[in-house]
Amino acid sequence: MINKSLKQLSTMLAEKQVSSVELTQAFLTRIDQHNSSINAYISLDHDKTLAQAKLADTMLASNTASALTGIPIAQKDIFVAKGWKTTCGSKMLENFIGPYDAGVIERFDAVGAVNLGKTNMDEFAMGSSNETSYFGKVQNPWDRLRVPGGSSGGSAAAVAARLCVAATGTDTGGSIRQPASLCGLSGLKPTYGLVSRYGMIAFASSLDQAGPMAKSCEDMALMMNVMTGFDARDSTSLNREKEDYTLEIGKLDKLGADKPLAGLRVGLPKEYFTEGLGPDVAKVIEAAIAEYRKLGAEIVDVSLPNTMLSIPVYYVLAPAEASSNLSRFDGVRYGHRAAEYTDLMDMYCKSRAQGFGAEVKRRILIGTYVLSAGYFDAYYLKAQKIRRLIAQDFAEAFKKCDIILGPTAPSTAFKAGEKADDPVAMYLQDIYTIAVNLAGLPGMSIPAGFVEQDGKSLPVGLQIIGNYFDEARMLQAGHAYQQSTDWHTRAPEGIL
Amino acid sequence: MEWEVVIGLETHTQLKTKSKIFSGSSIAFGAEPNTQANAVDIALPGVLPVLNKEAVKCAIKFGFAVNAEIAPRSVFNRKNYFYPDLPKGYQISQFELPVVGKGSLTIQVGDNEKTIRITRAHLEEDAGKSLHGDFEGMTGIDLNRAGTPLLEIVTEPDMRSAAEAVAYAKKLHELVQWIDICDGNMQEGSFRCDVNVSVRKKGSDKLGTRREIKNLNSFKFMQQAIEYETRWQIETLEDGGTIQQATVLFNPDTGETRSMRSKEEANDYRYFPDPDLLPLDISEADKEAAKVEMPELPEAMKSRFESQYSLTAYDATALTSSFSLASYFETTVSSIGGEAKLAANWVMGSIAAKLNEQDKAISDSPISSFALAGLIKRIADNTLSNKMAKEVFDAMWAGEGDVDAIIEQRGLKQVTDTGAIEAIIDEVLAANTAMVEEFKAGKEKAFNALVGQAMKASKGKANPAQVNEVLKKKLTS
Repeated sequence: MINKSLKQLSTMLAEKQVSSVELTQAFLTRIDQHNSSINAYISLDHDKTLAQAKLADTMLASNTASALTGIPIAQKDIFVAKGWKTTCGSKMLENFIGPYDAGVIERFDAVGAVNLGKTNMDEFAMGSSNETSYFGKVQNPWDRLRVPGGSSGGSAAAVAARLCVAATGTDTGGSIRQPASLCGLSGLKPTYGLVSRYGMIAFASSLDQAGPMAKSCEDMALMMNVMTGFDARDSTSLNREKEDYTLEIGKLDKLGADKPLAGLRVGLPKEYFTEGLGPDVAKVIEAAIAEYRKLGAEIVDVSLPNTMLSIPVYYVLAPAEASSNLSRFDGVRYGHRAAEYTDLMDMYCKSRAQGFGAEVKRRILIGTYVLSAGYFDAYYLKAQKIRRLIAQDFAEAFKKCDIILGPTAPSTAFKAGEKADDPVAMYLQDIYTIAVNLAGLPGMSIPAGFVEQDGKSLPVGLQIIGNYFDEARMLQAGHAYQQSTDWHTRAPEGIL
Repeated sequence: MEWEVVIGLETHTQLKTKSKIFSGSSIAFGAEPNTQANAVDIALPGVLPVLNKEAVKCAIKFGFAVNAEIAPRSVFNRKNYFYPDLPKGYQISQFELPVVGKGSLTIQVGDNEKTIRITRAHLEEDAGKSLHGDFEGMTGIDLNRAGTPLLEIVTEPDMRSAAEAVAYAKKLHELVQWIDICDGNMQEGSFRCDVNVSVRKKGSDKLGTRREIKNLNSFKFMQQAIEYETRWQIETLEDGGTIQQATVLFNPDTGETRSMRSKEEANDYRYFPDPDLLPLDISEADKEAAKVEMPELPEAMKSRFESQYSLTAYDATALTSSFSLASYFETTVSSIGGEAKLAANWVMGSIAAKLNEQDKAISDSPISSFALAGLIKRIADNTLSNKMAKEVFDAMWAGEGDVDAIIEQRGLKQVTDTGAIEAIIDEVLAANTAMVEEFKAGKEKAFNALVGQAMKASKGKANPAQVNEVLKKKLTS
């Protein structure tokens, strides 16, 4: 049961083959068994979780249910949830109990989804390996010695290890897609503004976007139907008509089974296939592209000439925003306050020095520096200009193609500790994903195969980038691939 | 050597919206600490600002009032600094692109008019308050004020004396109340001025180094602070010293200004556009919506008073010194249906004197504009002499009732019946034959004496003009 897709479980719940309480209990039992080693969850509250499952069962009994009613979901610990400890992976918020619900949490609650717990993450979503979490590293279920990616590493590991049906993640520079790639699951970062940021603890406001992490594109479409929608409490939320993300997938079944993607123009950016891409990963991606050709897609070459600039631009803009966003954690009103201090300045310094980890401090320092008088123009303003050029690259590319395909990450999961002391090597993990955030475009990663290493199968993710609001079409393209391949159905050895 | 002082003002006006600039909390003054601070105001993790459109409308109205450019697109920036009463660790303000651009305000100093250029006005949020001394060894934080909408209005360094600075501040103070965007309450901090003062040798076109006097919340203190600061700067320079750019505070007890922090200690605020807020776009429709709420402005109203009510420039200026005074005057006149000059005299005379004496605002006047109109009607229709009217006015002020009730009670009705007046005069003439003879012999004084006798006989109620007329007729017939 725990290996079934969200869609299958939804049908089982609707047909009363299983109750939400039974399903939820099954996952809680697994969590109790495996979480101590995998460490995917930071906070669990079985009573709260089961109470939600009971409520879902009454909804299922009273015909007020929808696709996600009674489905156990894991929530990244970046979303403030009422009554739940909300840590954002930081000592700063170690004891912070959410006093209100984030927009995303409200939406899941409203349809009767069940919150299994809050998942581990890099501290304040800053990291690509989940190693910066104050609550300890997370194991990659495919190879326990390796990292799950980050920052949504806990959510990725939870889905991969079947410790939830699906999970939420957030993606500022690749934090949904890269862990999805490294853990062999499907993850989608929607167009900026589609999912409310209200109650999602801010890292870099102009880049942050929440999205689903699940076992298939079909499941992600169901998650998207719940997560998206206008929220007046977020000024960057887009007020547009609500979409049904399963519609395009549904159409696919009626299209020719032989060449279901006929007419789809798939762009391959030449900058994504250079020496930076590991040869074993490249091979998997090339096979995936061949599969797309088989499915009827037309392959075209495109260019994203400013790709290499996306990392330096990102590491100016994201820390700049973060340095300001994290100023509220000052020990005055909530969060960690040093036990002893001599005066106000000492209280600030000690509380923040103790409450934040090394990577967070590094980014606050970078951000403070680039915003300083005398440096602002050379760094922040210049980066903003290049950001516009990067968006322009995509606009040009989408004149020639409907979706872009490429690798999600340059490598498979690396070993814990391997890059922890080399921030630049770590930052390069996001070389293929960051530009998408800078442009505000939707991007997703789906499993495309495996690379054998140290006797383990390590998953490789295929990235699909779409134009603004093209999520439904991207999910359709992903679904077609998942209909003709079975990479997405594989589970890590020994986990079931 | 002759020195010249150069002054520019930055004024924080608290906008009269119902809720805060980026949250739904009330901004009412005086609530228990932290009862008007919601999740957004205390900057809980994850909360986001949403701009209050009413605050924008206030800014647009101000732009109209000072004839300024209203930016079709302006930007909110974050001003980053740490302080316990600043919950987010940054203040949302506007920096490079303010909502209101260049404008001007004309002030009157003595007999001279002077136009003060306004550089800009921008929207921002207020901080909370630190409560020192309420807790032993600790500082309390009250975040009720955090997020209160402010419009910061900045002038060019156009003022050349404390008197000009105060005249500008008073004019601005009146204007923001006139267009109903600020309650003007200086005690509660709704209108606070920072004054930049520098001195230079007369004739020089280079600005001296300025010091900024922070947070002046009374015109009297502003006058004192500028005068002290000017003297201090001149003395410092004449003694061979130099002025360091600094922020200073005025101590009303000593009458002195004292440096709070120097430029070296100044924060680097690391301004950058707030990514949580979209640029503020103001459409023509937004401007139209604000325009319909714009009252007639003081200058226009003054001109209209001169032509419509045939008032002197002096009267028209005095009556348009505040919106409430002007509307009090106008409702009085329209309620009478005329007699504008008489109404003007009463409003600026007896009413103003009483208000002044009791330190009251026109809105607190115990005599409403309608009640005053009633009194003036009784003067106009000769029921009351001017002298009687004064007595009735005092009684009305004391709350004894409306004009007719007081006339009735006190039997103050003026005698205007010609027959009754003739009867009184006949009696007076009969009883004072000697005076009549004197008058007829050419002694003009005797006439006045006879008028006096007639008024006395009527107990002051006879209409003096009629007494004159009837007496003259009888004596010359």
